[in-house]
Amino acid sequence: MGLIQEIDYGTPASKAEKQITLTVDGFTVTVPEGTSIMRASMEAGIAIPKLCATDMVDAFGSCRLCLVEIEGRAGTPSSCTTPVMPGMVVKTQTERLKTIRKGVMELYISDHPLDCLTCAANGDCELQTQAGVVGLRDVRYGYEGDNHVFKRQDGAENFRWMPQDESNPYFTYDPSKCIVCSRCVRACEEVQGTFALTIEGRGFESRVSPGMHQPFLESECVSCGACVQACPTATLTEKSVIKIGQPEHSVVTTCAYCGVGCSFKAEMRGDELVRMVPWKDGKANRGHSCVKGRFAYGYATHKERILNPMIREKISDPWREVSWEEALAHTAKEFRRIQYQYGRGAIGGITSSRCTNEETYLVQKLIRQGFGNNNVDTCARVCHSPTGYGLGQTYGTSAGTQDFDSVEESDVIVVIGANPSAAHPVFASRMKKRIRQGAKLIVLDPRITETVDSVHAKADYHLPLKPGTNVAVVTSLAHVIVTEGLFDEKFIRERCDWSEFEDWAAFVAEERNSPEEVEKLSGVPAELIRGAARLYATGGNGAIYYGLGVTEHSQGSTTVIAIANLAMATGNIGRRGVGVNPLRGQNNVQGSCDMGSFPHELPGYRHVSGDAVRDIYESLWGVKIDNEPGLRIPNMLDAAVEGTFKGIYIQGEDILQSDPDTKHVSAGLAAMECVVVQDLFLNETANYAHVFLPGSTFLEKDGTFTNAERRINRVRKVMAPKNGYADWEVTQILAQAMGLSWNYTHPSEIMDEIARTTPSFAYVSYGLLDEKGSVQWPCNEKAPDGTPIMHIGGFVRGKGKFIRTEYVATDEKTGPRFPLLLTTGRILSQYNVGAQTRRTDNVLWHSEDRLEIHPHDAEQRGIRDGDWVRLASRAGETTLRALITERVAPGVVYTTFHHPDTQANVITTDFSDWATNCPEYKVTAVQVSPSNGPSTWQQDYDELSRRSRRIEGRLEAAE
Amino acid sequence: MSHDEENPAASGIAKIVRMANQIGTFFESKKHDEGVHGVAEHINKFWEPRMRRHFFEVVDAGGEGLKPIVLEAAQQIRRPSAPLTAEHEAEANADVSG
Repeated sequence: MGLIQEIDYGTPASKAEKQITLTVDGFTVTVPEGTSIMRASMEAGIAIPKLCATDMVDAFGSCRLCLVEIEGRAGTPSSCTTPVMPGMVVKTQTERLKTIRKGVMELYISDHPLDCLTCAANGDCELQTQAGVVGLRDVRYGYEGDNHVFKRQDGAENFRWMPQDESNPYFTYDPSKCIVCSRCVRACEEVQGTFALTIEGRGFESRVSPGMHQPFLESECVSCGACVQACPTATLTEKSVIKIGQPEHSVVTTCAYCGVGCSFKAEMRGDELVRMVPWKDGKANRGHSCVKGRFAYGYATHKERILNPMIREKISDPWREVSWEEALAHTAKEFRRIQYQYGRGAIGGITSSRCTNEETYLVQKLIRQGFGNNNVDTCARVCHSPTGYGLGQTYGTSAGTQDFDSVEESDVIVVIGANPSAAHPVFASRMKKRIRQGAKLIVLDPRITETVDSVHAKADYHLPLKPGTNVAVVTSLAHVIVTEGLFDEKFIRERCDWSEFEDWAAFVAEERNSPEEVEKLSGVPAELIRGAARLYATGGNGAIYYGLGVTEHSQGSTTVIAIANLAMATGNIGRRGVGVNPLRGQNNVQGSCDMGSFPHELPGYRHVSGDAVRDIYESLWGVKIDNEPGLRIPNMLDAAVEGTFKGIYIQGEDILQSDPDTKHVSAGLAAMECVVVQDLFLNETANYAHVFLPGSTFLEKDGTFTNAERRINRVRKVMAPKNGYADWEVTQILAQAMGLSWNYTHPSEIMDEIARTTPSFAYVSYGLLDEKGSVQWPCNEKAPDGTPIMHIGGFVRGKGKFIRTEYVATDEKTGPRFPLLLTTGRILSQYNVGAQTRRTDNVLWHSEDRLEIHPHDAEQRGIRDGDWVRLASRAGETTLRALITERVAPGVVYTTFHHPDTQANVITTDFSDWATNCPEYKVTAVQVSPSNGPSTWQQDYDELSRRSRRIEGRLEAAE
Repeated sequence: MSHDEENPAASGIAKIVRMANQIGTFFESKKHDEGVHGVAEHINKFWEPRMRRHFFEVVDAGGEGLKPIVLEAAQQIRRPSAPLTAEHEAEANADVSG
């Protein structure tokens, strides 16, 4: 295997088309115009010595090590900052250069500790390497003079010396090893876009400083790891490397957190994971990462992970550890008993958006083939189901239209109901890079989020709309575009149905959709709506990115349609730089939808009522497939309460914590006779489970994830499953126990079955993925290399369909009892229900959910910052601590939902999207009042959790 | 919304009526026939038999609480026991694609 060594070309690639030919040390090389001599030389296979240059950031020219000689030019220019010219003749190794380099290196080493043997970077230190490269043999200067190396000098304190900064849980900063190359500072600026680092002082006093000479943890640092990756010495080093040592082999895999789907090298020593390093060739992340994917993998080996299957008769009993055979035989027997007793449709299952495509495919196959019904759903129900519906109706495809690279050509970026800086940080970095180059930003969000207001990337228009008024505001943007004649008539006539456009245009042009009217209900000043609309329609390539702030509403699907209309009306679809892009929450939520996880459709979004589609699977699986749609998650719970749904197989999903109206969810689960939970931990849903099947992590299996760009990325096994089986194997054994003759020996065989039966995946195979790294579906005869941009030259459904989007106020209204609107969101360091990130040091950044409240609303209620407050809605109440901030408008409160004890979903109601039942998480009428501490529900629930997590033969509960 | 877990049938029915009306509301802004058809198509496509059975319990009992557009659409909504027609299938497969 070995360690994957990526070539560092020293400076970024040039995208120029014009080619330049030059000679380096007698070798001819041709490169794009704008390429540095350093990079051109590397292309020719000649590595020029360097320290301050790396191809993740622009050239800087400070280390003076990469000097070259150029025929006909005086002096020794630095090769990183000198662009190539036609016919240039470059020499990289001359007597003069050798002498200069040695002298430079000698100076560096004269202020650097010589503890190489015990240094964490030993074997992976560019300073060490370059000292060897230039042939440095002695250092004449000694350490008697000024230095940054020793704590004490001549018996006195050395004021230049600084102690190590250990504040960040994942990496250390050791200033004594710093060579002030500024790579970390530039990575923070150029790659991450946070500007948390700077160089303080000048000359010999120059030091890298987080924030205002603060410890890393107290600075603006977001712990993305870019600086650590950029550092050529041991100055910034992963603590895991310090603890374990250098890795010896690495495997490219895909992050299991958000829908950006970053590629990482899992760097290993044996089967121990040393570190995760973003992979430069990863097409989603292009070598960047965030604090979750880069560092927060410790949950995989957390002590609370359950490794043995367990069963119990009643949920009040303690768990009993059993063998896999017993657990799965018991499950199969129970499911068959329930079906015999209550009917074929009395059981169902939930596929996981955290698991692989192959695993998801198998769970829906088990349900359709083995259970004999369509009672399968997935967590997309509660996040992006409206995207599937809305984009399917208007364009014909249930997915985003672009690849992430596309943002590099956007001129106007519209972010609606999303906060990529917190929830999709690597995409946010790429977006902010484009904004720093001059692209404009429009944000629709009730809060002043990090995306609205960050360093060097501020929204040109922030439309702070009242929660629940998305449809009105987006339709009003269309009103301005239509009434001011800013639509793209040529595009519409060519690509869309013109009469549908006329009908839609007449509708949006109505006075009630004007910004002035919409201002009254949304609270957004009319001028902002007009300005934003004009900018989007006329500012060049306009790209829309949206998140759950769009979908998780009663009118979620309507807003998606309104967004699709807007892009069609302005011709912003079907090429690079434009498009409509849902930012997907979970690593494989796109994939789980693609794989037939919805109760009304088979893989590839084909409705179950289609005979031709059912035929494909019926002949392959040898069973009759039900032509009726099955139960969605909320339907399963309703049916359970009614007494007609009795058993459920839940793979990698915590519905009790993540689904709305917790009391209804728990009532539904409590009414079932066999709840089977397959997960890494005893999650909240497991409190109501009768069978617990331990799950495996993304490090322990082979498979694929599909990200928000429709990109199918490989997940590769780097260690054996600690629980004994990968999740796909568990599902297979359960299927076998239920009498199905499955016999997959590797996930690639499952993908082959998917490709055989699903037209949009026809050409996908592990062979192709190994060859290309990744592909974006559709990938078939028409698009053998996949499809980075959709709808080029025409829409998938034929003509683009304009649909009227009438605004309807949600039934969830404020009144005297519940005068405030609660909306919810996420934070950078935590992920969804927090099951993974809460079990890592990420809790240092966010140890509890807080209720954000405007100072005005807080004062009225006598609430001070940090006070416990009671948060009540019609559905229930909970308590948490207040955070007073002007980020939220008066009348709006906000919280995250990463911690189970917050019980935010006790508050949310069962209102949902009209088309897809996606819950209305983003709007709940609430009241806030001072409180002394946890509510009775929280206390009772805590007690229930403790009781239901008891394991026989163990003294303490597992959590 | 109701948390009347003691009488799940009643809260279930209330939910069905509310959901059907929500769909009706979206399609009310369309041309009348298109809207009625849209409601029926949507329910045929996405509502499982149990929900449609509850829906018809309401319709058969006079349709109390249902919007006129929903009641009108009920004639085109497939009863849970009724066989699937080629027309239903064609409808369901329109606008969905990989």
